[in-house]
Amino acid sequence: MNAPNPLPDVTRRGFLAGAGALVVSFAIPAEAQEGEVPTAPGGQAAKPKRPGSLADMPSLDAWIRIDADGSITVFTGKAELGQGTKTSLRQIAAEELEVEPAAIKLVTADTALTPNEGYTAGSQTIQNSGTAIRYASAQVRQILIAKASEKLGAPVEALKAQAGAIVGPNSAKASYGELVSADFLHVDAAADTKLKPPAAYHAIGKPFARVDIPAKVTGGEAYVQDMRPPGMVHARVVRPPSYNARLTDFADAAVKAMPGVIAVVREGDFLAVVAEQEFQAVRAMRAMAGVAKWQEQPALPDQYDLPAFLEKSVSEVGAVTSVGADSVPGARTLEAQFTRAYQMHGSIGPSSAVAMVDNGLTTVWTHTQGVYPDRKAIAQMLGVPEEKVRCIHTEGSGCYGHNGADDAAADAALIAQKVPGKPVRVQWMRDQEHLWEPYGPAMLTRASATLDQNGNIVSWHYDLWSNSHGTRPGSAGSLIAGRLMDRHFPPDPAKLQISPLGNGDRNAIPLYDVPNQRVNWHFIADMPVRVSSLRGLGAYCNVFSIESFMDELALAANADPVEYRLRHLKDPRARKVIEVAAEKFGWSKDALPAGQGRGFAFAKYKNHAAYLAVALEADVDSDSGAIKVSRAVAAVDCGEAVAPDSIVNQTEGGILQSMSWTLYEAVHFDRTRILSPDWSTYPILRFSAVPDSIEVQVVDNPGTPYLGVAEAAQGPTAGAIANAFRNATGMRIYDLPYTRERVKGVLGV
Amino acid sequence: MVKLNVNGTSYDVDVDPATPLLYVLRNDLKLNGAKFGCGLGQCGACTVMVDGKAVFSCLTPAMLVEGREIKTVEGLGTIDDPGPMQKAFIEQQAAQCGYCIAGMMMRAQALLEAKPDAADADIRQALEPNLCRCGTHMRILRAVARARDLMQGKSAGNMAPSAATGRG
Repeated sequence: MNAPNPLPDVTRRGFLAGAGALVVSFAIPAEAQEGEVPTAPGGQAAKPKRPGSLADMPSLDAWIRIDADGSITVFTGKAELGQGTKTSLRQIAAEELEVEPAAIKLVTADTALTPNEGYTAGSQTIQNSGTAIRYASAQVRQILIAKASEKLGAPVEALKAQAGAIVGPNSAKASYGELVSADFLHVDAAADTKLKPPAAYHAIGKPFARVDIPAKVTGGEAYVQDMRPPGMVHARVVRPPSYNARLTDFADAAVKAMPGVIAVVREGDFLAVVAEQEFQAVRAMRAMAGVAKWQEQPALPDQYDLPAFLEKSVSEVGAVTSVGADSVPGARTLEAQFTRAYQMHGSIGPSSAVAMVDNGLTTVWTHTQGVYPDRKAIAQMLGVPEEKVRCIHTEGSGCYGHNGADDAAADAALIAQKVPGKPVRVQWMRDQEHLWEPYGPAMLTRASATLDQNGNIVSWHYDLWSNSHGTRPGSAGSLIAGRLMDRHFPPDPAKLQISPLGNGDRNAIPLYDVPNQRVNWHFIADMPVRVSSLRGLGAYCNVFSIESFMDELALAANADPVEYRLRHLKDPRARKVIEVAAEKFGWSKDALPAGQGRGFAFAKYKNHAAYLAVALEADVDSDSGAIKVSRAVAAVDCGEAVAPDSIVNQTEGGILQSMSWTLYEAVHFDRTRILSPDWSTYPILRFSAVPDSIEVQVVDNPGTPYLGVAEAAQGPTAGAIANAFRNATGMRIYDLPYTRERVKGVLGV
Repeated sequence: MVKLNVNGTSYDVDVDPATPLLYVLRNDLKLNGAKFGCGLGQCGACTVMVDGKAVFSCLTPAMLVEGREIKTVEGLGTIDDPGPMQKAFIEQQAAQCGYCIAGMMMRAQALLEAKPDAADADIRQALEPNLCRCGTHMRILRAVARARDLMQGKSAGNMAPSAATGRG
């Protein structure tokens, strides 16, 4: 039997340092673990390079294990976040191993068992892990065939894999289990393993029900919140009233005497309580909040003048692109400025974690996006070597980026040190999630374009002002507990990094064909409001800005918005999704009744992942200021579609979530405190505002590389709503979100 | 000590009677279905049925529901023998992260028990108190409509084979 490689001599950075073939022309961003490696079934790289995450972790036994009983286990460093990867990765492995997906055991992110694939982020699970598993599985199949050839005395050409066995002429047959030997998969992946052709697929692209849904709808143990190991105790944290508040007085004697209280934890400004029962912990938490006295400092910007804050806080300006001439003559130049408020992830289940200290080893069950980076930060916080911490991914409530998961894991790890031997379950309260999660950063953008006499764009200037969208662990200073505890680990300094992956500048370069372009990121290092990665990063605001502006340009050129986009796009796949969305929607120039409008928008996510176009129709009620999106049609091309229904599900979800951000969402704060502790002060989409229909067309491209898709709808949806509002009212709103107050203000109601 | 009737079984639970029903269900009865979402009655993740009505279990002290019929998602069927509401959600693949789903199902179940022929508009209106952040709303609406049809004896649809046996 081949044990999974307990990992590694080979680290991501070590490999990158030694591999000249990899993209070396740009710095690996801090968010690097998003790990951008060109990938592909059908790989097109000129130099042989191992595909997907095999580039970092080439040993086949890090990915696949086959036991003597024939059972197959696949290991992924990526995590199930509700996007269905526990299902789609099984489909991919099953395809090349010639078994049914149900025959595959899948182990997801665990620092003791799985490869280090950094973060499950950036819509890259299928692109990186899926590609690695695909190639590894194909090579394992070939190894099994070679071994069967020896055993059966038949040439490899006469053998094929079928239902967990290698079969040949004259009923010759050897099951996978019979072919297993010690370390037989302890070999490095080849760069050019041949994959099955799409015509022979039995699993990829076929409809398989999600493996996780039955337990989730019947009360099975499905989330870290549901864990209940023997002897488990319940913890609650008590947070300061504002980011920089310092604890000045804390008389905890009465709390210690409360029923069920096992421990009161104070480490600097970090406070927590451990109790036998959960509600006892809640009551003790409330009592602690009552006796803790804090010194607060006003340190937040003016919520009502974020552009001024952003403009005056610039620490550095980076050129995102500079193509052609700086200025060219034209018939006419248009300009516009857009803004986006701070916005939340807002998972329905507040963050949670379970941790236990046993014999010097701290094990943490966490819904983090990155078990390895989280382990590193937690180990630093605890002052122990990384081997003394194990992080095991366990599902949590919906994850749309860097939310409170890592912080809750750190809380649990820190609290568990005080009650060794006992599993400690930390559950954040709603206000703790709302007030302390890192938000999607506020942004300011300015676009300027020059049109020629035919209305075509000859010059494009675009400037954006933003914090970094990536403050993940990192170091102990990236964790709330690390910052609050005695040692007060400082946050990692934010650095401007321009990379193909994009961050605040993600999708800042328009995909449209414009000969002269200037795009700059005015970078703000200072982060008075805690921020990090929210689904799509800068792409949400950049695509909203670009797509709003494209409609302005189309109007100026007296052109139809769809035709105007197409005339600036040569990429056939971009054109295709636009054409499909327009056709299925029934795009037309016919006037709609008063108060109704249609809007269109397009983007290729990150300019190198999925293509997505969306058309939608909206009603604007000028009395109430309410915008109701009545229907939406999207077309998406993410290369070869592994799990078509999951692509539809993710895209529907992206459209609805972006609709919620766009119509309602802004974090409120005064100069000292965040003022959005719950769903009444931070309202999101409810059923009454859900469209009558959403249609998603998957433009499948079998045999082509996987293109990340889960975040592709965020930007285009915002752009399409903006354009539908403009179409309905003749007015444009340049600031996100499109709240009723803002709508009424713009309409002068 | 609190006496509770949950999913047809009686329990004597040794907790402070003021403890919210949610914590009793999850920790003392070890039922995972009802979820902690906000503790404020704003999101519906904790929704269960009490005497046929949907209630926020996070806001309901256990002592207030003594002697009343409490039903959680575990009372609708099992993983091996799912009830119509559960079948419909599986059939429609109506989940992303799934955290809000049990609460959605219980609110929908309360609606359909009170109004078996609820119109699609009734379903949408009934679900208004429940939040979903992944944006699974379209599928949730379809699943509840499908559950309504299944409960009224309309034939089952075609379910895709699962990509794994048992749990994910």
